[in-house]
Amino acid sequence: MIKNLLLVVCTVGLFVAAMQREHTYGTNPASTQALADSVDAETGLALDPNFTIVKAQCTGCHSPKLILQHRFTRDEWLSKIRWMQRNHKLWDLGETEKTVLDYLAKHYAPSQAAYSRREALRNVKWYKLEK
Amino acid sequence: MNKTLHNRRGFLKKSALTTLAGIVGTEIVFAENMPKNHVPLAFEEGLAGKHPDMIVLSDKPWNVETPPHLLDDAITPIERMFIRNNGLAPEEKIDPKAWTLTIKGESVKAPKTYTLSELKTKFKTYTYQLVLECGGNGRSGFVPQTSGNQWDQGAVSCAEWTGVRLKDILNDVGLKDDAVYIGYYGKDLHPSRDPSKVVISRGVPIKKALEDETLVAWAVNGQELPLMHGFPLRLVIGGWPASVSGKWLHTIAIRNKEHDGAKMDGHSYRVPRQPIPPGEKLAETPENFRIIESMPVKSLITYPKSGAMLDFGKTLSLRGHAWAGDFGIKEVQVSVDYGATWQKANVQPPKNRLAWQHWSAQIQLPKKGYYEVWARATDANGITQPMVIPAWNPGGYLNNACHRIAVKAV
Repeated sequence: MIKNLLLVVCTVGLFVAAMQREHTYGTNPASTQALADSVDAETGLALDPNFTIVKAQCTGCHSPKLILQHRFTRDEWLSKIRWMQRNHKLWDLGETEKTVLDYLAKHYAPSQAAYSRREALRNVKWYKLEK
Repeated sequence: MNKTLHNRRGFLKKSALTTLAGIVGTEIVFAENMPKNHVPLAFEEGLAGKHPDMIVLSDKPWNVETPPHLLDDAITPIERMFIRNNGLAPEEKIDPKAWTLTIKGESVKAPKTYTLSELKTKFKTYTYQLVLECGGNGRSGFVPQTSGNQWDQGAVSCAEWTGVRLKDILNDVGLKDDAVYIGYYGKDLHPSRDPSKVVISRGVPIKKALEDETLVAWAVNGQELPLMHGFPLRLVIGGWPASVSGKWLHTIAIRNKEHDGAKMDGHSYRVPRQPIPPGEKLAETPENFRIIESMPVKSLITYPKSGAMLDFGKTLSLRGHAWAGDFGIKEVQVSVDYGATWQKANVQPPKNRLAWQHWSAQIQLPKKGYYEVWARATDANGITQPMVIPAWNPGGYLNNACHRIAVKAV
């Protein structure tokens, strides 16, 4: 594995690489929607008083991106918790289950956009085609 | 892993910097200037050797997709191959010399184990270009949204795989007459880190397993497999959901019934036997859901990248690939008027069965303005890609709707 790692870093300045990574993370449209006034820099999750509990309960086993990619109703989020408890050894969340659900339902609920079989192309970055 | 790299103020720990300096072979200059909580590229194993424009959908487990314009090569370079993992890559050091493949199960006459070097010397080696596409490629197009990685259209590759035919191995082992299915087992780690849990163990009917192109592979594009793609050994079964191409392969079970491993059940890699309305709940029984086999007809526009502006009057050269699971491509067409009229593209024959086919077309835009260029492929059975999103299903699989790019004549 170290050998693979070496390939990546051998010539690229780490600071440059750092900036590129920041950029790449931002290209997933689902994760860049401004859903909260502010987001946690490490996880990308919305900051509010319940954030710390959500981070502790939800990001130990999986990437926060699994949350950021999704928009579910409260019942659907609950079914994900139950599924993880059945299949992935998620512990009983106890009283914090309500806190976690409040947070997810508030920040990561389905959008009210009209149903579209093919929506308009978004975020096109125009460039001059020379060839 | 990432958490342990940083101190409580979000800067990299001294020990992490020392490790990094060891890897790079030099001091990390400006370490104090790195953004807080930033994880240097060297620690991001899933992105090792990958193109910087790959899109990370998840980093635990690693799921990374390729923007369509990066798939322009005839044979997908390793740096542009998507990664789909259900679990974590093996963490123990892998010694290829000690790696073995065991064939067992109800339908072998007797179990047999081969070392990797025995596989390489005992059987004839074959190389094929094979399309691997995630069953959930295109999932982000479904409304209402379904669970899972929200792939756009880049969870597909066609690389050149080298290994031995599974059928040659099974012929050497000796099968009973009642073999109906195979199931693989790999050394990936369950996300819960419980070593007793199997992450994913899928397979195909014995008929598909015995096809010439079904490989037990140790190389891709002439190189040993990268860790993220299954080092040192994996199954490669083109044309079906890529989840049947098990990575870090150590065992194949030959079953006398449909394989019942992890992710063969529920709605995993399955779709409703009868179409249902979008969003409807359906009990996850085998009576209601069928296993996805051959993937549907699909195509991509890989050149130009979406957003091209060209001078009015100039010819627009387009190209891409088309594929259709177990079948060949009969025709590819392009449209710049939302499907009102179509123009035939040139389509090349595949390098081998189960490889994608390259297409190209030259078009003239009729006046200045904004266009969408749409491509649609038709398979050998006469089945064409839909322009709209196809049948909604609870797992969000099999979205083979046409790809399109934005273009302006200026």
